[in-house]
Amino acid sequence: MAEPIQLKVNGKGVAADVPPETLLATYLREHLRLTGTHIGCDTASCGACTVHIDGRAVKSCNVLVGQVQGREVTTIEGITPADGSLHPMQAAFKSCHGLQCGFCTAGMVMSAIDLVMHAAHATDAEIREGIDGNFCRCTGYQNIVKSIAQGAKAMGK
Amino acid sequence: MSAARESLIGRRIERREDYRFLTGVGQYTDDITLERQSYATFVRSPHAHAKIRAIDTKQAEHAPGVLAVFTGKDVAALGGLPCGWLITSIDGTPMKEPKHPIIVEDTVRHVGDQVALVVAESLAQAKAAAALVEVDYDVLPAVVDTATASKNKTAVHAIAPDNVCYTWGIGDKGAVDAAFAKAAHITKLTFVNNRVVPNAIEPRAANAMYSRADDSYTLYVTSQNPHVERLLMTAFVLGLPEHKLRVVAPDVGGGFGSKIYLYAEETALVWASKRVGRPIKWTAERSESFLTDAHGRDHVTTAELALDKNGTFLALRVDTTANMGAYLSTFASCIPTILYATLLAGQYATPAIYCRVQAVFTNTAPVDAVRGAGRPEATYVVERIVELAARELKMHPAELRRRNFIRKFPHASPVGLTYDTGDYQATLKRVEEIADVNGYAARKKASAAKGLLRGIGYSCYIEACGIAPSNIAGALGARAGLYEAGEVRVHPTGKVTVFTGSHSHGQGHETTFSQIVADKLGIGLEDVDIQHGDTGKVLFGMGTYGSRSLAVGGTAIIKAADKVIAKGKKIAAHLLEAGEADIEFANGEFRVAGTDRKKAFGEVAFAAYVPHNYPLDKLEPGLNENAFYDPTNFTFPAGSYICEVEVDPATGAVRLDRFAACDDFGNVVNPMIVEGQVHGGLAHGIGQALLEHCIYNEDGQLITGSFSDYALPRADDLCSFVVETVRGTPCTHNPLGVKGCGEAGAIGSPPAVINAIVDALSEYGIRDMPMPATPFRVWQTIQAAKR
Repeated sequence: MAEPIQLKVNGKGVAADVPPETLLATYLREHLRLTGTHIGCDTASCGACTVHIDGRAVKSCNVLVGQVQGREVTTIEGITPADGSLHPMQAAFKSCHGLQCGFCTAGMVMSAIDLVMHAAHATDAEIREGIDGNFCRCTGYQNIVKSIAQGAKAMGK
Repeated sequence: MSAARESLIGRRIERREDYRFLTGVGQYTDDITLERQSYATFVRSPHAHAKIRAIDTKQAEHAPGVLAVFTGKDVAALGGLPCGWLITSIDGTPMKEPKHPIIVEDTVRHVGDQVALVVAESLAQAKAAAALVEVDYDVLPAVVDTATASKNKTAVHAIAPDNVCYTWGIGDKGAVDAAFAKAAHITKLTFVNNRVVPNAIEPRAANAMYSRADDSYTLYVTSQNPHVERLLMTAFVLGLPEHKLRVVAPDVGGGFGSKIYLYAEETALVWASKRVGRPIKWTAERSESFLTDAHGRDHVTTAELALDKNGTFLALRVDTTANMGAYLSTFASCIPTILYATLLAGQYATPAIYCRVQAVFTNTAPVDAVRGAGRPEATYVVERIVELAARELKMHPAELRRRNFIRKFPHASPVGLTYDTGDYQATLKRVEEIADVNGYAARKKASAAKGLLRGIGYSCYIEACGIAPSNIAGALGARAGLYEAGEVRVHPTGKVTVFTGSHSHGQGHETTFSQIVADKLGIGLEDVDIQHGDTGKVLFGMGTYGSRSLAVGGTAIIKAADKVIAKGKKIAAHLLEAGEADIEFANGEFRVAGTDRKKAFGEVAFAAYVPHNYPLDKLEPGLNENAFYDPTNFTFPAGSYICEVEVDPATGAVRLDRFAACDDFGNVVNPMIVEGQVHGGLAHGIGQALLEHCIYNEDGQLITGSFSDYALPRADDLCSFVVETVRGTPCTHNPLGVKGCGEAGAIGSPPAVINAIVDALSEYGIRDMPMPATPFRVWQTIQAAKR
């Protein structure tokens, strides 16, 4: 087997001793047991597997481990404070009832953070467009939109 | 302590389940990996209908990492997956029930039918080996079209040569015919209720394990009802002792009906886990979900409404053909009958209704309940035909509805239900306010100035929830009663664990049920824990569907809590040296009436478990109570919806501009959760009306088999909804006065959307628009009308 692939996951260096064609989503879930990242489809449509690579939202089912050599991957576990509190975006989802079954939630939160950090999000329409890569079947998106607006404020964005 | 505390009912309390979901520490079935885990994949039929001439598994068996390959021959002696409702045809014959094998032996009947199970050390190895299974098919013609299935020369099953599963009827046909004979006006329409795929974002999954230590099995599975899953699997298919199978439905990522049913995959896994001697995990890929999750709707209906000259409804005649798919799924037969035709009165005092339903087999995936289940189809029939009648009579659609609303309760409908309570005028009046109907004319003008056609559509729905009064269900063909069980276990320190047979897969039961228990027992929310989804913990349960959890499951919990209080009074009477009849319970305290002598809930709990001073001669120690609840009637949530759309006549594109919903769910425990349920239901129904369409081609190939081909609503397909819940008419027959809210949005919204589009296009003389109203279809309809 080739040399392990070096990357950072949630701030810690890891050597991924897996075939480079392994999907990042599979590597995170099956090898690192970071099961907060979910897989909801096989066509990169649903966004449940969204993580950050070097701070930008990416669907991890559409990235091979070989592509993240030397890069920094952050998952929902990585943005969660260790002290039992919540990231401001997570807190906003809680207070606005922006989640129901929870399956799309990690991906939605990761997309939301990327959106408010890097894209226009002043209006409902901009937020809706910004999360257009993430499916939610439970909420009808309304409270997710509200959560992101509130989360953005809490993040000072 | 003695001051009355604020009730926990009706408060927007944030959800306690959210922390784990928001931080990624929820535990869904696929997150569970067991010691010595192995992985499964299914070899599935690429054909809609074919004889299997031969299967060669030799190469696959010798592929790297393969632990076992099973085919239909291996499971031929096992039972088929059962159907829970026996529908009897008009001619008195029982419905046709073909065997639904867990692995097909001789004939595949839909694309995706499972023909082999491959188990290997890794998923990649299982998939690689599955590709080596050689199946020799003799391809047969496929039956696909719902409307013509009964005339097709090909039979899906030999026991139903005309593909008819049953032909069922309800109502007084003679009375309906007589009313039509004297009608001043008849409105008639034929339409399709489009087939949909449920698409919970978590795909179905299972992980089955056999333990030689005690000859028992454990199954982790994406289920809305683990006890039902266990009962059906052990008693009807595998012939295992029920107590030797523990079924755990951990966090489940949405159900929408699709996770009610006993499926072939988890059943085969349980069976195979003993033979392989390793835990076996299977998780559907999305493409498998499209092929094998039970689909919904798929009706072809002709409806006729008879009215007198004043617009009063005289009678409704409905003829529906419903697609069952290739096999009868767990609830399939009752959806287009018991949960559909009984709702055809809607909110109206129509005196006579007759409905005939023909259910047909086709070479498509099984069709069963999807959010709303029968009631969206009924509401679509009623609210489209009423809207069209108003148009034909040149009456305002709201006025025609008002004129025909049921006003006196209880109301016995001509299709078998007795509505206990409701106030339909109130929800219609209120929705017109929150929809700003008064501003509509100005908005229409503004749209016209942009070259866009604005339309407004109403829908007034009713649903029957809280399934089910078991005697009524039994009379209608249910093979089991539909009770619910609840247990309130008080620990020595006064903390409480509640065990419920309901299952939460997004509904927030851990919060809502805590509210009702903490409120009832006068203890803190943090002192109550809710356990669900595990047959090893929970005594019994029929699970969550049909918006039944709070009305039925919640009531069982309340009854158990009542028993806890009753026993607590006995203990308190002893401790306080008072008569039991003198003990009052309020605000978490047992008090001798009219005195300040009292014992806190926790003190009584402590005394119940570790007593020094206890009336052992009269009372057993302990404070743990079970209750079962069988509702005496369905609940009848109802409401009024108004939708506004803008249609671009040049492109056919429909933009959802405004949607207002006013629902009467009776009492509401957590308004935040209830609004969220309505939002989600609306999105589901609007998706059906505008976007979602499951299409098989004439060969039975699913051509909408991925999210690239099947349009699930995305955030920018929808608008913000204006949602309000009135607490006008609490349910009269459960102690909480609750009705259920999980399906309302999906039931009421499709006709509101279509009515709005038809209204927008009325200048073209268009009287109907098929669902989903995609831009291409709308454009085509406009072009046809112009010719």
